[in-house]
Amino acid sequence: MSDLRTELKQSIIEQLNLEELNIEDIDNDDALFGDGLGLDSIDALELIVLLEKDYGIKLTDPDQAKEIFLSINKMAGYIESHRTK
Amino acid sequence: MGKSRNHFITNSIRIKNEKIFLNKETVLSFDSEIGFPQFLKDSYKKLGLKYPKYHKMDSLCKLGILGSSVLLKDQNFDADTALVFSNTSASHDIDLKHKQSMESIVSPTVFVYTLPNIVLGEISIKYKLQSENVFFIEDKFNAELLWDYSEALLNSGKVSSVVCGWIELKNEQYDVLLCLVSNNGEIPFTKDNLEELYKFENE
Repeated sequence: MSDLRTELKQSIIEQLNLEELNIEDIDNDDALFGDGLGLDSIDALELIVLLEKDYGIKLTDPDQAKEIFLSINKMAGYIESHRTK
Repeated sequence: MGKSRNHFITNSIRIKNEKIFLNKETVLSFDSEIGFPQFLKDSYKKLGLKYPKYHKMDSLCKLGILGSSVLLKDQNFDADTALVFSNTSASHDIDLKHKQSMESIVSPTVFVYTLPNIVLGEISIKYKLQSENVFFIEDKFNAELLWDYSEALLNSGKVSSVVCGWIELKNEQYDVLLCLVSNNGEIPFTKDNLEELYKFENE
């Protein structure tokens, strides 16, 4: 369970080029957008691509994405129940 | 022709051959073996830039941020400072990366940089510029065009200063000259002086 969270942090750091962050800098409940990691709308699109590429999850509803991308814990929970690969 | 009575090249930077120069003085110099991605990364660190968004940018924008950071450091400039840039390969390197990514699911963070004028936006965001900007695609460095357009802007009274120059990148080969042009300085803003600055490190 925690492996998925670690994997997600690693993927986010790599995919979004957050070079000045380490896995240890991101808490599972940290906000990914806004005051948290400071991700922006383009990053959100990249996360949607990440879900599809790595876990076979297609998101079509932007409101749904807002909920899922609240934190690492929220993302991991959604992936665990919806992943197809 | 090509002579200015009131405007000066306040500062100029050159980025080429793993080196960054300010007014022809070496600011940073790396071993020629360093490679372009590492040059961009190490320059950021050595210049002490604290701008995490830099790492998300494409290489053309990174060159623009490095160049403007050195050029504008300790300089007074207003939000109306215009940007007049040019190159010959537009956004070639990131276009190629985007094309390759089309074999799978395209990356939005790559796609957003597939225009050369994005570098103008990134510089404007970093320095809170609310000014006119333009990016010309030319066969080669064209001092007359940069001089003429910048002069027209300065003489219009709508801008207090201009950052103009050349920011070329193709297949990780880069060649950058940026000049801050204002009412202050010792080098008159002329076509000949622009050409002379461009020749530095090119000959």
